[in-house]
Amino acid sequence: MSSVNAPVPADPRLEKRLESETHEQPTPPSPGRRGLGGHVWWRHLLGILALVWALFPILFIYSAATNPSGTLNTASLLPSGFSTVNFQALFNDESRPYWTWYKNSMIVSTIGALGAVFVGACAAFAFSRLRFKGRRPGMMFLLLTTFFPALLAIVAMYIIFAGIGDVLPAFGLNTLAGLILAYLGGALGANVWLLKGYFDTVPRELDEAAIVDGASHVRIFFTMTLRLVMPILVTVFMLVFVGLYGEFMLASIFLTDVDTQTLGVGLYGMTLGNEANTLFGRFTAGALLASLPVMVLYLAFQRQLVGGLTTGSVK
Amino acid sequence: MTKPIALAIKWVLIAAAVVGAFVIATKLAEAGNTLAVVLAGMVGLGILAIYATRRGVPLKYLAPGVLLMILFQLWPVVYTANLSFTNYGDGHLYSKEESVTDIVAQSVREVPGAPRYKMSVAVKERASVETADLILLLTDPAGATFVGDTSGLKPLAPEGVTKAPSGKILTAPGYTLLTARQVNARSADLSKIAVPTSDGGGIKPVGLSEAFEGKPTMSYDAATDRITDSSTTPPTVYAPADARWTNVANPSQTLPQGWKEGVGLANYTRIFTDSTLREGFVSIFLWNLFFAIFSVLSTFLLGMLIALLFNDPRLRFKGVYRSLLILPYALPIFVTALVWKGMFNQDYGIINQLTGLNVDWLGTDLGAKTAILLTNLWLGFPYMFIVCTGALQSIPQDVREAATIDGANAFRTLRSIIMPLLLVAVGPLLLASFAFNFNNFGLIFLLTKGGPFNGADTSIGSSDLLITYAYRLAFSGSAPNYGFAAAVSVIIFIIVALMSIPGFRRTKALEEIN
Repeated sequence: MSSVNAPVPADPRLEKRLESETHEQPTPPSPGRRGLGGHVWWRHLLGILALVWALFPILFIYSAATNPSGTLNTASLLPSGFSTVNFQALFNDESRPYWTWYKNSMIVSTIGALGAVFVGACAAFAFSRLRFKGRRPGMMFLLLTTFFPALLAIVAMYIIFAGIGDVLPAFGLNTLAGLILAYLGGALGANVWLLKGYFDTVPRELDEAAIVDGASHVRIFFTMTLRLVMPILVTVFMLVFVGLYGEFMLASIFLTDVDTQTLGVGLYGMTLGNEANTLFGRFTAGALLASLPVMVLYLAFQRQLVGGLTTGSVK
Repeated sequence: MTKPIALAIKWVLIAAAVVGAFVIATKLAEAGNTLAVVLAGMVGLGILAIYATRRGVPLKYLAPGVLLMILFQLWPVVYTANLSFTNYGDGHLYSKEESVTDIVAQSVREVPGAPRYKMSVAVKERASVETADLILLLTDPAGATFVGDTSGLKPLAPEGVTKAPSGKILTAPGYTLLTARQVNARSADLSKIAVPTSDGGGIKPVGLSEAFEGKPTMSYDAATDRITDSSTTPPTVYAPADARWTNVANPSQTLPQGWKEGVGLANYTRIFTDSTLREGFVSIFLWNLFFAIFSVLSTFLLGMLIALLFNDPRLRFKGVYRSLLILPYALPIFVTALVWKGMFNQDYGIINQLTGLNVDWLGTDLGAKTAILLTNLWLGFPYMFIVCTGALQSIPQDVREAATIDGANAFRTLRSIIMPLLLVAVGPLLLASFAFNFNNFGLIFLLTKGGPFNGADTSIGSSDLLITYAYRLAFSGSAPNYGFAAAVSVIIFIIVALMSIPGFRRTKALEEIN
């Protein structure tokens, strides 16, 4: 994860505050301002201008994807008719197995995010609930690691995974399992602060009551704590999923065979070389479909993500 | 009490982990890697010690993440630091022994009258024909078929293989055959291939569709540590010097196969003493700094203005605005950056079409930098918008009212009340954004690849960040130099560390951890 967006967690209290505040609370309009309601039109005007700036490249993607000629030089900002030519060409291209890329991206992002959430939740439980020597330095060290993107060590990663592939081919270069492992290396540093902040909000009295009732730490963790912190687990899952889905650098170095590539690597390959112009329609068609999962996730889980974003990943 | 089922799951998992560690250790032992065997054994024992006993509860929760972090985050960093003191790279990829083996196999000369193989050049099925390792598909005069690569010669089962009348293989299951044009494009790689055969000789390609088997002309004498080339008269003698085999009589002549060895601080001194490199490095660093600062400021300013715009309780449809404005941030970077690249195309791109300009955005120094900054503004402002919206809502209304009562106008309130409060709230996030943008590989790589390359040193692009520069040193170009790239990475590490100290100090997280 840290190879993607190195999120630097800030003060957990700030985190909580921002999170609760971005859940829009209806602010009661101050009494003195009532009656001035007609003077917001200029805000809408500027707002629409902001929308135009934010959305014109996205409109362009749509126009190019549905453009019947499917080349960069014929692409225009506004849709010039609706055609599925590019989509059909994309799906029927033997040398570019689009759906395999799609499947690979989904596998890597889902398993990677689940793994990161599990590993992170375990560690956050220890940091939040248990007392041990080296707890504070441990937290500080994790914060420190987030300042250094894992991709700086990319040469070493490549050599290490080439070595792993010699011994365990299932986890070497050109395998999804190897890529997921590489991503999981950064999972701890990136997410523990966010998770721990939320774990701290669960009252310790609950743990104590459970201990009095004779529950073991395992039972408390799996049957009680994990349920209570579900919202932050969902947030972290989303953040990691989106991060891994868009990760490009490590994937492009690890995955060289067409069949093991993820959407990012595959689509990038379509914009290279002499064919870039003719493939542009297909590329945008693929890009549009590739954007759908994250777009849906963002819109459906906007609240959780916005809460997490204010402290989480940075773009 | 622990339920029996939970206990059973626990012991099955422990057993699986220990068996897994054992299997890995066996495979490592087969590969002859003693140190790694010991490490795998220690990991296995560690798992047993942590999970099979009742002690060390925190470790039970920390172990999975810490193990992954050590293996795939910390070890690579240490490895990088190690690499930076070696000459590992093109021409220095192997050990000295391996370089000798390769030199001997490469020196194969055709024995007059020996039969020739018909040869097709292939790569593994679905692998890239431009970059994957080449494989030779060979047919001997008797019609038997073989597969050969640098590791050796193996028979190729005739099932599914189709051959031309000449005997040349046309298709073979599991392989993608290269066309003559594709082979030609990789003739440099092809000329380096020598398939070692079991009798000490080797098979080498001749032209694009034939190969011969012959005897080596080079021989290695371990006692004197010399390689002798008997094909010349008098025989040429090569001695090891500077990690390469160097002609004793003519030191400027070396064999292409060198070996990996430690070079001390040479990579670092090269960065700081080679004047072209040093100037390039400095210019990259300055642009890198400017890029990160400008990106943070521009996205923050735009995001804050839009947040202020919508920070009016009377405004309706705020939810709709927010959902739509978040989209640039929501789309994967490989989609947005690549689409912007298309839009910036000089001849066909819509930016030039819409504005009526004819700017060579990605081909000129200034154009590329402007394009990058514009694109990053578009990519980053939704994040700042969201962050600022959150922070603005946390500023109490009564503070503003107090300012109004004191006679402050809207601008004054913004400057003296809202901005300071806002900056306190988003300060750490701005630092985080700076740290991220300082190493924003994805954007630069997808948009310009660091180019255009117009400077004195063509390995240094005008829109390069340090990280894309290090990447190019390592992974592209004709002569990758991993050792040097690692040294550049280490320097980036140090720079990031130095820059993060002030931010780290300010972060309140340092003060209290509950």
